[in-house]
Amino acid sequence: MRLGQRFYLREVVEGVVLTAGHFFRNMGRHLAHALGRTSARGAVTIQYPEERRPYSPRLRSLHRLVRREDGSPRCVACMMCETVCPARCIYIVAAEHPNPDIEKLPERFDIDLGKCVFCGYCVEACPEDAIRMDTGILEFSSYSRRGMIYTKEMLLSLEPAGTDGRPTSPVPIPANRTV
Amino acid sequence: MILDLGIVFGRVAFVMMFVLNLGGLLTWVERKQSAIMQDRIGANRASILGFRVMGLFHPLADAIKMLTKEDFRPARADRFLFALAPFVSVFFALVAFAAIPFGDTLRLADREIPLQAVTLNVGILYVFAMLSLGVYGVMMAGWSSANNYALLGGQRAAALMISAEIAIGASIMGVIMVYGSLDMQDIVRGQGHLLFGWLPAWGIVTQPLAFVLFVTAGIAATKRIPFDMPEGESEIIGYFVEYSGMKFGMFAMADFLETVVIAGLTTALFLGGWQVPWLLADGFHVPGGPVVALPHLAVVALQVGAFTVKVCLMIFVLMLIRWTLPRFRYDQAMRLGWLGLFPLSILNIVLTGAVLLLIGGRTP
Repeated sequence: MRLGQRFYLREVVEGVVLTAGHFFRNMGRHLAHALGRTSARGAVTIQYPEERRPYSPRLRSLHRLVRREDGSPRCVACMMCETVCPARCIYIVAAEHPNPDIEKLPERFDIDLGKCVFCGYCVEACPEDAIRMDTGILEFSSYSRRGMIYTKEMLLSLEPAGTDGRPTSPVPIPANRTV
Repeated sequence: MILDLGIVFGRVAFVMMFVLNLGGLLTWVERKQSAIMQDRIGANRASILGFRVMGLFHPLADAIKMLTKEDFRPARADRFLFALAPFVSVFFALVAFAAIPFGDTLRLADREIPLQAVTLNVGILYVFAMLSLGVYGVMMAGWSSANNYALLGGQRAAALMISAEIAIGASIMGVIMVYGSLDMQDIVRGQGHLLFGWLPAWGIVTQPLAFVLFVTAGIAATKRIPFDMPEGESEIIGYFVEYSGMKFGMFAMADFLETVVIAGLTTALFLGGWQVPWLLADGFHVPGGPVVALPHLAVVALQVGAFTVKVCLMIFVLMLIRWTLPRFRYDQAMRLGWLGLFPLSILNIVLTGAVLLLIGGRTP
């Protein structure tokens, strides 16, 4: 080590000058912001619930079940997604569809979001394009495990996100949510 | 009689409010200053009726949280000492400020009020006695918790305090030699003289080496990063590992109060205390320039204001150092204290003595 480094004082002064520089530069920007120059930002922080960074169009968000024109699910209960799911969070009960060309429909289609790992395999596996993860909804939480189970009706009620990536439909509230 | 008592009470209350409010505000300053230094925003979510006021309600929210938390005591802890330790810590940090003068004598009617909580002719020794006693709270906490990590923290606090206090005491000797008094008020008055007719004879000018040593040892005395051996949150959690609720909060507060005390001491000893450059009792005497006469009350207000500004600036610098430097390892801190600060402060005493001998007496 050089003598100056061993003495440590110069290094301390250098460090303090650096951090003080950041302090005063950011204070100046905060001041400019407060005085009306809104382009000046003294921090890199994104203040989350109010401010959001733009989401990628490929973002995998909350699932939705795609509807046919008559409002019934496009799903034919082929069990592909249930089979491919690595977290085994999809639970389907198939039933007879009145239309013999379609054969089946899901009587129940539950996703346990407490288990889901958001891998998107179900979307890729679906032969009918009946399940998608494009709602843009990321904030769903519950105080209980049961509250994380989303049923067919809830998943059917969802709409795709808008062009800005923001959700267009409200987060469905499970009927059995305890809190 | 009643008026005299009232004046004494007022002096004490002023210092008490000054230290307590500044100490409480430091939690906010610490959060915000560190955030701005690191390109962040800092705590800003606590609000009353939607008003956030730049996060100023966070200290309040902290206090409510601390007061409503469970007050836990380990089963094998020493009940009495465990409860006493945080009070000892805070008490000595609070009373240490009493001897630091925050202004010159105030003349109201025919009364002379010294602007100092207590006038002591050995004020400087008193402050160091109180600062050193503060560590007993930490040691008591470490011992009485019946926890090995806490004990380690307490023991480290004792070791750190000895190495820091010796350096503090020895670096102060130079200041005492130059200004020739143990009375803080005399030392501050001595700093009002001018060197070469224009340079205020502040401690930082007459004792630059002692200033660096004192600030370094002073940071060690506050037990904060870079000298956070007693706490050491990245290795042992330290002496307050078993404390919760407001008792823990009091330890945290004691650290902030000690920061205020060290800032006040540095101001009084090295930054001219309440002195404003070229401001004498009757107004500004600009060197080689005009004399601007000022009324007595304005002068006193300027002096108290100058002291406050200097303390705040010093706190800013201490915070800046705390949020810039990485922490020392235990052995590094000990080496710095015993092989760095201590010999250098002895050297400072020798140099000061030699210079005083050469110029034949005291500088100012």
